[in-house]
Amino acid sequence: MLLSVHDLDVHYGAIQALSGVSLEVEAGQIVTLIGGNGAGKTTTLRAISGMIRPTRGRVMFDGREITSTPAHALVSRGLCHVPEGRGIFANLSVSENLDLGAYCRHDRLGIAEDRERALELFPRLRERLKQNAGTLSGGEQQMLAIGRALLSRPRLLLLDEPSLGLAPQLVQLIFTIIREINGTGTTVLLVEQNAHMALAVAHRAYVLQTGRVVKSGPARQLLEDPDVKKAYLGG
Amino acid sequence: MGEGLEQLSHVSDRAGVGAGMIPRWVAPCVVVAFAFVMYASGGFVGDYASRVMLDTGIMMIAAVSLTIVNGFTGQFSIGHAAFMAIGGYVSGWLTYYGLLATLGRTTDLGAEHGWLLLPAAIIGGLAAAGAGWLVGLPSLRLRGDYLAIVTLGFGEILRVLLQQTDRQRFSSQEMSEVGLLGLIVPPDVGGASGFESIPKLTNLAWVYLMVGAVILFAIRLKYSSYGRAMLAIREDEIAAESMGVNVTRMKVRAFMFAAFFAGVAGTLYAHQPGTLLRPADAGYARSFDIVIMVVMGGLGSISGATLAAIVVSLLNVGLLELADYGAMKWRMPIFALLLILIMIFRPQGLFGLREIWDFFRSRDRTGGGR
Ligand SMILES: Nc1ncnc2c1ncn2[C@@H]1O[C@H](COP(=O)(O)OP(=O)(O)O)[C@@H](O)[C@H]1O
Ligand SMILES: [Mg+2]
Repeated sequence: MLLSVHDLDVHYGAIQALSGVSLEVEAGQIVTLIGGNGAGKTTTLRAISGMIRPTRGRVMFDGREITSTPAHALVSRGLCHVPEGRGIFANLSVSENLDLGAYCRHDRLGIAEDRERALELFPRLRERLKQNAGTLSGGEQQMLAIGRALLSRPRLLLLDEPSLGLAPQLVQLIFTIIREINGTGTTVLLVEQNAHMALAVAHRAYVLQTGRVVKSGPARQLLEDPDVKKAYLGG
Repeated sequence: MGEGLEQLSHVSDRAGVGAGMIPRWVAPCVVVAFAFVMYASGGFVGDYASRVMLDTGIMMIAAVSLTIVNGFTGQFSIGHAAFMAIGGYVSGWLTYYGLLATLGRTTDLGAEHGWLLLPAAIIGGLAAAGAGWLVGLPSLRLRGDYLAIVTLGFGEILRVLLQQTDRQRFSSQEMSEVGLLGLIVPPDVGGASGFESIPKLTNLAWVYLMVGAVILFAIRLKYSSYGRAMLAIREDEIAAESMGVNVTRMKVRAFMFAAFFAGVAGTLYAHQPGTLLRPADAGYARSFDIVIMVVMGGLGSISGATLAAIVVSLLNVGLLELADYGAMKWRMPIFALLLILIMIFRPQGLFGLREIWDFFRSRDRTGGGR
C-alpha cells in the first residue's frame, strides 16, 4: 500500500470531525473519497498531508509513518496536496505559480521536462504563462493548481474537490485529465462531492458520513450500490 | 522551439536573479546616481542638503528592508524602528567606547577612521537580526495579527528599557572605574537623556552604498526561488505550505533579513552628524513613518518603497522648513490625509505589487497592478 490511514480521529477544538477513519490507497490507483458537505473529506486530506494533527491514529506513506509530519516536508517525499479552493497565488504569474510547484526540486532538466508535460496537458496555461494567475477563469485556475502540483513530481496526489464550481464540460475535462495523470503512474486520492464522476474514474471508493467511513469497495460496485445511489447519485 | 528555450530560461531563473526581469538601463542609472552622490559628498552639496540626503537615504534603507517582511511575505510588522535602535545602540556602544578606550576621544576624527563604519554596520545589523529572531520566532508561528501586536509592544518595551539604562561615561578613566561588565549591564548608553558623542562616521558615500546594497539584496531576493516562496506565503499560506515551503522558517528568515538592514540603517543614523540617539527612536512614531512608506509604495514593490521614502522624507523636510509657522503640528494630519487619499485613489500603493521597471516592459501581464 502506498498510503494507509489507521483509525484516525481529528478534532477542531471540542468538535470531533473524524472518528476512526481508516483507508488504504494502492499504488497506481485512483481512490476516491465521497460524501456530503461537512462529512469530513477535507479534514481527512488535511490530516494525511500534515496540515492538521490528528488526535488519534496513524498515517503511513510508502512504508513510513508520516503522522503529524508537516505538509512542507512531505512534498519532497512525493506527497502533494492540492487544497480545496485551489490555492492559486493570484498576484504571481502563471509561470511563477508553476515554478513554485517545483520548489523542492533541484534537477533542472527534470523540472523543464515536467513543466513541458504539464503545459501539454493544459495547453491553455501555455497561452497565459505571463498573465497573473488571479486573472484566470475558475477552470483555468483549477488546471493551474493541478499542473503546479504535477511539477513536484508527486507519487501520490491529493485532490480536494477539483470539479467544484466548474461548468459541466470543464468537469468532464478535469476528470479526463485526472485519469490521464493516473495513466502516467501517479497515484491519486480524489475527494469529491460529484460522486457520479468520481466513481466513474476511480478504482476504489470510500464513503464518508459525519466523520466515519460507512462504506468502501471497488468503485464500480459502489456505483451500483442502492444506498449510495439513493444518497449520492440522485436516486 | 523558442518556447522550449523560454522554459529553460525560466528554470535557470530559479537559482539566482532573473536577470531578464530588470531592464538593462537600471544598472547604469544606479551607477550614475551613485557617482553623483560620491561627487556630491565631496562638498558639492551644502550641509543642509547633505543632511536631507542622509536622512532620506537612511529611511530608504528602512523602508526597503521592511518591504521584505510586509511586502514580500505579507506579514504586518509595525515596530521596525526598534530594530534600527538596536543596531544604533549596539554599534554606537562599540564605536564610542572602543574609540574612547583606544583614542581617548570620539570627536574630531580623521578620515582614517571612516572604515570603522563598515564593521559597526555589520555588527549593528547582526544584533538587530538576532533580536528579530527572538521576536519573530514565537510570533510568526501563529497566523493572524500577532506579529503586529508583538512588534509594536517590542518597540515600546525597548524604548522604556533604554530609558532605564545607565548614564554615559565620558572618559577612559571613568570607563576603567566601572569596568567592562559595568559598561554592559546595564549598558551605559545615557538613559532618557540620549547617547551623546557617538563618533560621526556616517557620510553620504556610506549611506548610499548601503542603500545600493539593500536595494540590490531585495531585488535579488525577490527574483530568486527563495523570494518567490516568500511572495507565495503572502498570496496563500496554505498553498505555499503544500508546495513544500516551510512557511514559518521562511517568515522568520524574511523577518531577520529585514531586521538586519534596519540595524544597518540604525547604525548609520546613530553615527550621523547632528543626531542624538534617544530611546524615543525605538518607539512607534518612527516605526509608523516606515510603515507608511511601505504601504504608500505598494506592498512588495522595492522601487515603490524607495520612492515613498523619498517622498515622505522630503515632506518631513518641507514641514520642518515651515516649522516657524506652526507646520509641525500638521505633520500627522497631513500624513493621515495622504494615506486616506492613497487608500481611495490607489489602494494598492503607488506601484501596487509592481516595480518601476515593470511599467516599461511588455503589457501582457494584465491585471498586474494589483
Ligand atoms: N477549521 C474548522 N474549525 C472547526 N470546525 C471545522 C473546521 N473545518 C471543518 N470543520 C468541521 O468539521 C467537519 C468536517 O468538515 P470538512 O472536512 O471540511 O468536510 P467536507 O470537506 O467533507 O465538506 C464539519 O462539521 C465542519 O464544520
Ligand atoms: Mg471539503
